[in-house]
Amino acid sequence: MAQGNNSIKKILIVAFALCIVCSVIVSTAAVALRPAQQLNQELDRKTNILNVAKLYDPGMDVEETFSDQITARVVDLENGEYTDEFDPDSFNSAEAARDPETGRRLSGEVDIAGIGRAENYSTVYLVGDEDDPDQIVLPIRGQGLWGLMSGFIAVEGDGNTIVSITYYEHSETPGLGAEVNNPRWQSQWEGKEVYDEEGDLSPEIHLTKGGADSEHEVDALSGATLTSNGVTNMLQFWLSEEGFGSYLAKFRSGTDPEDAEDTDTNFEDVEGA
Amino acid sequence: MADVNAKGALTAPIFKNNPIALQILGICSALAVTTSMSVSLVMAMAVIFVTAFSNLFVSLIRNHIPSSIRIIVQMTIIASLVIVVDQILKAYAFEMSKQLSVFVGLIITNCIVMGRAEGFAMSNTPGMSFLDGIGNGLGYGFVLMVVGFFRELLGAGSVFGFTVLPTVQDGGWYVANGLLLLPPSAFFIIGLMIWVLRSLNPEQVEENEFKMKENTQAKEAV
Repeated sequence: MAQGNNSIKKILIVAFALCIVCSVIVSTAAVALRPAQQLNQELDRKTNILNVAKLYDPGMDVEETFSDQITARVVDLENGEYTDEFDPDSFNSAEAARDPETGRRLSGEVDIAGIGRAENYSTVYLVGDEDDPDQIVLPIRGQGLWGLMSGFIAVEGDGNTIVSITYYEHSETPGLGAEVNNPRWQSQWEGKEVYDEEGDLSPEIHLTKGGADSEHEVDALSGATLTSNGVTNMLQFWLSEEGFGSYLAKFRSGTDPEDAEDTDTNFEDVEGA
Repeated sequence: MADVNAKGALTAPIFKNNPIALQILGICSALAVTTSMSVSLVMAMAVIFVTAFSNLFVSLIRNHIPSSIRIIVQMTIIASLVIVVDQILKAYAFEMSKQLSVFVGLIITNCIVMGRAEGFAMSNTPGMSFLDGIGNGLGYGFVLMVVGFFRELLGAGSVFGFTVLPTVQDGGWYVANGLLLLPPSAFFIIGLMIWVLRSLNPEQVEENEFKMKENTQAKEAV
């Protein structure tokens, strides 16, 4: 190899040229392939929604079933009413939470799910008839042991009975916390109830160690106490008045939002609900 | 490696000079991605692509790479290729890229890629380097497929996702061996493979680094 290769000038030229060429290649690949990747992510999200609603069969046409059976609506979490302010297809919860107009900072004691900021509006997915849905699929997220866990929970049209739960993004320990996506564990959720008879907006559902014996309890994951706590906390948060509590209250029989208004002072501003 | 020919560069790394079995490189990813054959296949193709093209590009500019920054130059080329592969997988094989997750990115740290770029491509012509890259990728892929075959067959009773041994969970007779689905089992299979390969090619057996003494009698210790 030529001696001149090791001159400072040559080193700088080679390093600089290499960086330019490589960055052009990498960014070209990233930009050119982004539409296909986004399509995949969108398909993955829809697959997860169908999956949690138990409508998914391998090999089915996800797009078609999704548009046939599922309606997406944006809900104002404060009063539980649908809003047409946002387009459900393009509404992004994570961005909404960051925006001061549509999100809010959570104080330490409220923020049991560990998410820092929450959005005031959220997308819900209605299975079947839009006005009298068979199932309601709600997005949930919160801290697990290693990082944020994002998923969906599906409840029946009564706004109380759980159909299933699934996580599409998490970084829990494989074999322990990552068992949240084990079908055998997920199947335990079927038929569990979120709220008790009292008709208030505080969810009762939680994970418990050593055998679940009531309709509000689900067996925790063995060897994954912190992941299990994370799951409990995010359900307690998202199904409470901070999340979908007042929205779900409208579906629950025997729980008029007016009742909720009496029991909970935070709901004075629910007009005509 | 002065007298390399095209056929040798392509085929020698598969059995004679296998990067995993003889050079013992790239073991960690072989442990992680071999639970099923289809995942092993995609990983093997990704590695073949990266070794081939990193060898090609390193060889193309080998006369202009200053020796003081040659490792960084090689790493930059390899890393760029790996990112491209990762992006392609995310766009066209999304399910697969979810299963491979972090291991595609970790091809950057796969010693085979770096080892061939530094050991071969820096001193050979682009054409030969490209073939050498494909050969070593094939050698890696061969081990991956064999390990993946045994792990999927014995651990889950299937090959490429098709049921061969119906497991007890699905109403069959085969009790799946759960150990085979865990990473350490790949150690056993790779170990057995190395044994077989070295029995077939006795010249691969390394000389003892030291000689064990005969057992001494324990009477002094009593």
